[in-house]
Amino acid sequence: MTDVSIGMPQLPAPDYPADVRERLTEDAREIIARYPDSRSALLPLLHLVQSEEGHVTRTGQRFCAEVLDLTTAEVNAVATFYSMYRRKPSGDYQVGVCTNTLCAVMGGDAIFEELQQHLGVGNSETTEDGKVTLEHIECNAACDFAPVVMVNWEFFDNQTPGSAKQMVDDLRAGREVEPTRGAKLCTFKETARILAGFPDERTGAVAESGGAGPASLAGLRLAKGESAPPRVAPQRSAGADALGADVTAEGAQPPETHPSSHDAPQDTAASDPAHQAGPVTEEDQ
Amino acid sequence: MNATDSPAKLLTPVLSTFWDQPDAWTLETYRRHDGYEGLRTALAMDPDDVIAYVKEAGLRGRGGAGFPTGMKWQFIPQGDGKPHYLVVNADESEPGTCKDIPLLFANPHSLIEGMVIACHAIRSSHAFIYLRGEVVPVLRRLHEAVREAYAAGYLGKDALGPGKDLELTVHAGAGAYICGEETALLDSLEGRRGQPRLRPPFPAVAGLYACPTVVNNVESIASVPSLMHKGKDWFRSMGSEKSPGFTLYSLSGHVAGPGQYEAPLGVTLRQLLDMSGGMRKGHRLKFWTPGGSSTPMLTEEHLDVPLDYEGVGAAGSMLGTKALQCFDETTCVVRAVTRWTEFYAHESCGKCTPCREGTYWLVQLLRDIEAGKATLADIDKIDDIADTINGKSFCALGDGAAAPIFSSLKHFREEYEQHVNGRGCPFDPAASTVWADKTAHLEVKA
Repeated sequence: MTDVSIGMPQLPAPDYPADVRERLTEDAREIIARYPDSRSALLPLLHLVQSEEGHVTRTGQRFCAEVLDLTTAEVNAVATFYSMYRRKPSGDYQVGVCTNTLCAVMGGDAIFEELQQHLGVGNSETTEDGKVTLEHIECNAACDFAPVVMVNWEFFDNQTPGSAKQMVDDLRAGREVEPTRGAKLCTFKETARILAGFPDERTGAVAESGGAGPASLAGLRLAKGESAPPRVAPQRSAGADALGADVTAEGAQPPETHPSSHDAPQDTAASDPAHQAGPVTEEDQ
Repeated sequence: MNATDSPAKLLTPVLSTFWDQPDAWTLETYRRHDGYEGLRTALAMDPDDVIAYVKEAGLRGRGGAGFPTGMKWQFIPQGDGKPHYLVVNADESEPGTCKDIPLLFANPHSLIEGMVIACHAIRSSHAFIYLRGEVVPVLRRLHEAVREAYAAGYLGKDALGPGKDLELTVHAGAGAYICGEETALLDSLEGRRGQPRLRPPFPAVAGLYACPTVVNNVESIASVPSLMHKGKDWFRSMGSEKSPGFTLYSLSGHVAGPGQYEAPLGVTLRQLLDMSGGMRKGHRLKFWTPGGSSTPMLTEEHLDVPLDYEGVGAAGSMLGTKALQCFDETTCVVRAVTRWTEFYAHESCGKCTPCREGTYWLVQLLRDIEAGKATLADIDKIDDIADTINGKSFCALGDGAAAPIFSSLKHFREEYEQHVNGRGCPFDPAASTVWADKTAHLEVKA
């Protein structure tokens, strides 16, 4: 993809097999019907084609262009603008560690660093078994649960390096993993289908993990006269007092030397190196 | 309000009042807590009277700018023969901001009820929720709540009265901070790259599909049902003359009790910290943001600033999203600002040169400063570049990128100089982590 080709222009992308195309066309019709103007369906359609192949392929872009009567260039311009659309094959589970300022300071940098070492992959890379793609992500609106890790866009709150390593080990071993807020994990492809606007049909998925996370209730508890300041601990920490427990994982210490944010990811979020979305450093060139 | 008042007196849970119910998000729970009562009141009123009522109540936008909600509705031209649209901005992505997502997770019907009321007021028959894509648990509950509302007749055929249907579409974004800017959001909802539009024309005249459009924040719209049900006098009994009502304050960072605290506008950070256990044990507040990273940072001397639109403005910052990110003395300001600047550089949509290029160069210089490779002149240079970005781009992303630079230089210039003179960062990041001070090692099964 990064090769420079001279001469023959790239041939049009191949089409989906007929049965796949037929099924996706049916879904596309349903998506387009939600909007007064068909082009509004483009973002959900890109989620839809991502749910088919795990990333947005040229074939997927061609499909979007055809059902919306756009050019593939118009679709490509949109597909490359948004960070949730992957441009290369990736794992079943996208593990995103928040390294925006607040989570980074509270421990997100250390978690990201340790996960890279533990999994032997860098930012936006996938483990050899194809299970886990590691990424650093931006603020995900859960700062009162910092440090936060998202897996397939479900919340794993109040993480430590130890809890995060255990979680990726469980994912790779095929053990069931439950988020602190959200439903039992499904694969990245299945998640993309929900994002395309097709509700999660698994029984009980909506109800899983209860009404609100503990930090969300901090003020309400005080207002109701529960005097102890609510302290947030990982929700599934066995044997730990849910309120006020000083919980940290065994051996979950940050790395010995972690001088500054320069250990943190310097590249911008996932994209292929040929199409950088952010500042290009000298090292990149 | 008095600093010594008990939390029960200072806090006013309205939106959050039943979040502790195990099935908080369901229609049934919502109905048990006066759900859809405000809608009943509103539908019995003339649409223009609803707009006037919300205006008189003084509800102001909770998404950052604080623009009066009723006035936004009033700007929609009536009898123009065009479709009108309501678009709810649920793209919550401002660093530090974490109020709409827990609100929608625990109480999605308050938003839906508010949207039906707003659509009645502005005479709209199609409304949209633009939810950031990275929050699937919330998307799941919105899908379910909308399904419930259709089944109960709050949405769909004749929802607003005989012959007046209302459609509601939940739309998941795809990861772009810029889409929180209302005109970029509209471009994105139209299936384009999310880039801001030049204004005028404003969305009220030419918004979605060039039709009159109201774009409101989640919390603003979710505040409307209780206002309609309990009345504007009740609403005005909280907060101040110019900033009436209740709102969600989000406490995060090195505090003993991070979380959501719903209080009248005008509460102070000191009051919130006092009731929630203060900073983490043995540490002092160093700097904090009143409303996300785009609002100029404040320090310990601003603990008693009333957290309303006027109070925070007078202190030289902005109320913003009421995202109170608190950092203690272990935190390196240069590291914090560098990371925020990397965020703005990554999220700059590229449309305006000052923002696109300026954020890029700020990142290069800040990384050098933090690594001890910069000169003292570079400190003036980042100040100068921030000035070149501020106010010189289409939208507020550029202004937001400049805010942490200006405010950190104002309060902590010597810390930048220390990095230059000492050839590196004097702070130990390990001391800032949540587990830094903890001695008890319990096994966590994750």
